[in-house]
Amino acid sequence: MKNIDLTLHVWRQENPKDTGRFDQIEAKGISTHASFLEMLDVVNDRLLAQGKRPIAFDHDCREGICGSCGVMINGEAHGPVRGTTACQLHMREFDTRGIKELWIEPWRAKAFPVIQDLVVDRSAFDRIIQAGGYISVKTGQAPDANAVPVRKDDADQAFQAATCIGCGACVASCPNGSAALFVGAKITHLGLLPQGQTERASRVLNMVTKMDDESFGACTSHGECEATCPKGIKLDVIARMNGDYRRSVAAGG
Amino acid sequence: MAHIHPLPKLLGSTVALKAAMAVSGLLLVGFLVGHMVGNLQVFGLFGGREAMNAYGAFLHSKPILLWVARIGLLVMIAIHIGSAMALIQRNQAARPIGYHMKKPIASTYASRTMRWSGPIITAYILYHLAHFTVAGVGIPGYPLMDAQSRVDIYQHVVNSFQSPLVSLIYIVAMSLLSMHLWHGLWSLFQSLGLSNARWNVLKRPMATGLTVFIIAGFMAVPLGVLFGIVK
Ligand code: HEM
Ligand code: SF4
Ligand code: FES
Repeated sequence: MKNIDLTLHVWRQENPKDTGRFDQIEAKGISTHASFLEMLDVVNDRLLAQGKRPIAFDHDCREGICGSCGVMINGEAHGPVRGTTACQLHMREFDTRGIKELWIEPWRAKAFPVIQDLVVDRSAFDRIIQAGGYISVKTGQAPDANAVPVRKDDADQAFQAATCIGCGACVASCPNGSAALFVGAKITHLGLLPQGQTERASRVLNMVTKMDDESFGACTSHGECEATCPKGIKLDVIARMNGDYRRSVAAGG
Repeated sequence: MAHIHPLPKLLGSTVALKAAMAVSGLLLVGFLVGHMVGNLQVFGLFGGREAMNAYGAFLHSKPILLWVARIGLLVMIAIHIGSAMALIQRNQAARPIGYHMKKPIASTYASRTMRWSGPIITAYILYHLAHFTVAGVGIPGYPLMDAQSRVDIYQHVVNSFQSPLVSLIYIVAMSLLSMHLWHGLWSLFQSLGLSNARWNVLKRPMATGLTVFIIAGFMAVPLGVLFGIVK
């Protein structure tokens, strides 16, 4: 094990109305085995001991599956390691890259207002899901496992799209603040499965309309979302969303 | 299905505006290919002066077709620029507070400068129309006539591009167009929802190939004049 010294520039903002600023914090003797969030825990313990307010950051599972922990680290969503959430990012990654200074910022988007420090309100995503990211089924007994056949390719692609954890890195890293990768992932996940067909046309119209109403930007195919998505969601989910949208409007909206 | 959203709202969405940009952009590219191939006639191999001037005279002998094409192009440009401006505004509004540090990872210089290459190309188009089509800006004695008293387009081209400045303006404009096309020709598949696991790998090479084809064809003309191949 090795300990490293870092200089942090952390975005501090008391509340949604505060203009906010960067605080410089020396983080000395951080274990390279620590995760990025554990590093923040250590820093927060020290801040508390000094009677200062700890850094507010969002987290829950700490195993890369809940999507809470996203922050911008040195200009990259979830930090420098591809396919990795901030909670799964280890401090050795900075050591091996020779990085000693970290700029830590919250996701920046009109649709994701800052609540405090690094915590943003991602409920715009929830409202997009409520607009159509579901299937309506009769509850009751679980259906027979193989009663509804699904092509292997479709099942694989749907499953891949379903791994989206709603972290918001795609929006954060998109120069246009577009949520197209997130919405495309949901459209693809549900639209490839038989259970998703009934609402397929209305789903895409409702979700895209909601996405626009929540003031996300438009996709211009930069590909920053795909590059920073911790779950490896691919740009073709956006093509699928656009194709479903075109067909639904052509079918009469 | 119930009409939950009014059609004007659906057609004004970010997704619909991108589709409009893609269709208008694609039709403009179609025009560019035709224009470029037509230009190549200045080379002796493809007929030179005779072919070029006859081609111009032919187009002008069909005023209805010519005006349908011109108005069609204007409408496409209006749709393209109109949706571009609406989307640029929304995209800027989507991030009112920027980052202190932001590293581009997958985006390209071309993708990040679409909103600049586009307007510069448009400014160039206006100059280009004033130069060759409407007023002969920078061509003394415009319009020149050939022996069969047709407009001597060939001579206009030669006289113009013998000026290094005129050629330079043209070449710079084509360089910007190349970036706009290179990103646009790949992006439009996304915008139109054309994705196919087997063919997706061909999109980038196709965009590169078509861009090189178009730009090389256009650039050949001023270079041909500057190097004395066309005179
Ligand atoms: C003022 C003039 C123009 C502006 C502001 C403009 C702007 C844009 C913008 C912002 C995009 C979207 C890029 C993206 O998805 O990242 C775009 C796409 C495109 N542009 Fe232009 N452009 C202009 C002129 C032209 C011209 C003259 C042509 C063709 C000769 C052209 C061809 C294309 C094509 C093919 C696309 C791809 C459409 C898509 O992304 O779906 N543009 N343009
Ligand atoms: S698509 Fe990827 S980056 Fe976007 S919310 Fe889902 S997991 Fe996060
Ligand atoms: S804390 Fe759950 S994904 Fe990072």
